Amino acid sequence: MNKSSTQTHINLKTGLAEMLKKGVIMDVVNADQARIAEDAGAIAVMALERVPSDIRRDGGVARMSSPELIYGIMQAVHIPVMAKCRIGHFAEAQILQAIGVDYIDESEVLTPADESFHIDKHAFNIPFVCGATNLGEALRRIGEGAALIRTKGEAGTGNIVEAVRHLRLINREIKRVMSLDDAELMTEAKNLGAPYELLKLIRQTGKLPVPSFAAGGISTPADAALVMQLGAESVFVGSGIFKSENPVAFASAIVKTVVQFDNPTAILEASMGLSAPMPGIEMKSIPIEQRLADRGW
Amino acid sequence: MKIGVLALQGAFELHKPHIEALGAQYVPVVTSKNLNDLDGIILPGGESGTMLKLINIVGIHQQLANFLQTKPVWGICAGAILLAKSVKNPTQESFSILDFEITRNAYGRQLDSFQEMINDYQVSYIRAPQISKVGKNIKILKEKEGCATWLETPNVMITTFHPETNLSTPSPWHRRFAEYCIDLVS
Repeated sequence: MNKSSTQTHINLKTGLAEMLKKGVIMDVVNADQARIAEDAGAIAVMALERVPSDIRRDGGVARMSSPELIYGIMQAVHIPVMAKCRIGHFAEAQILQAIGVDYIDESEVLTPADESFHIDKHAFNIPFVCGATNLGEALRRIGEGAALIRTKGEAGTGNIVEAVRHLRLINREIKRVMSLDDAELMTEAKNLGAPYELLKLIRQTGKLPVPSFAAGGISTPADAALVMQLGAESVFVGSGIFKSENPVAFASAIVKTVVQFDNPTAILEASMGLSAPMPGIEMKSIPIEQRLADRGW
Repeated sequence: MKIGVLALQGAFELHKPHIEALGAQYVPVVTSKNLNDLDGIILPGGESGTMLKLINIVGIHQQLANFLQTKPVWGICAGAILLAKSVKNPTQESFSILDFEITRNAYGRQLDSFQEMINDYQVSYIRAPQISKVGKNIKILKEKEGCATWLETPNVMITTFHPETNLSTPSPWHRRFAEYCIDLVS
């Protein structure tokens, strides 16, 4: 991909994210769950050894899933398969690229491998998705080569509050950038810790230069509708499906909601007849050092 | 002129600037009401299996099938799969609007996605399908590795590649499709 071509057309990495818009990406830990997700209408699956709520419960070091597990899931479904590597762990990313997954999530849900640097994602042919809590973080990740941004809602909590905070903040910061004049833009770049050229682009287009999805804490159809109406272009659902009492019903209900996210009657219909959602955790009960969204630099 | 784009899932919004650059109106199609007064419809890229499920979830299957039989339609990638007579890898249902056979994800996974220039315009093949057999009276306008990637009849356009990812608007294919729609109007 040469530089001039990225300005005139969307590259293949972001192109795949465009195909995933208005979709539901579901965390799965084995081939059976992957098939349930595909049958329910998931647009892609995230292959994991443990869903985030189990990672949170177990503690210890969380790493990339085993290649065998990822291969098993790739063979089970026809939709795209994503997998996570640790922040900064480019060797795990190299392995995921060699496996041939469709997208890599450089994820705060796993234990970071580097406390200062993220992966140079331009060095890979596989596209990357990265989390962001604010505009500066989103643009640093895009500067490093991320082709898709998602919120960093607190994974494994079933609590939507953090994803909402990130979406609202990024929307607000974009509006602010659009109001700045040429003289103000460089200082804004300094304050946000964001690449100046990307800020210039945002001021022209009024949106992030790559698609923007929501992730973290989505556990009911209403949660999915909320983040979609706040501007998320797709949703990642982690523990929300397979930690609910009836995963098949929850998977279908969230798919049904996202396709009609601005139609309250449809969301009501999707919310009926569901058993209990995953148990939730209040943010105040999570010690600061156990909050995942703070991982990332 | 009103051009609809099936907006249940996938790369529908990218068509908006191309359609508007032609002076036409872009109509995202989610419910059967949205089909009223359209001069043609684009079935965009995305995941065909998911789109089929969503078509049934929102209850638009019958109305869409009727529309596809009477108005101009352009199917791109996943949209092409929905219009095929038969689908492989896996076998799945389709609207069977044009006589061709198509194989999902036939080039491979995302690492096998690629771009090429067609008539000086850059297009993308993203986890693209391959057209394996083409029926009679269908024009093949482009081939790749022995498989058709661009088909036309007087009412239907099929491309396994995406012109809409090119930001230079309108794309030659959008211009062509608008001509289809005008012909039918007049």
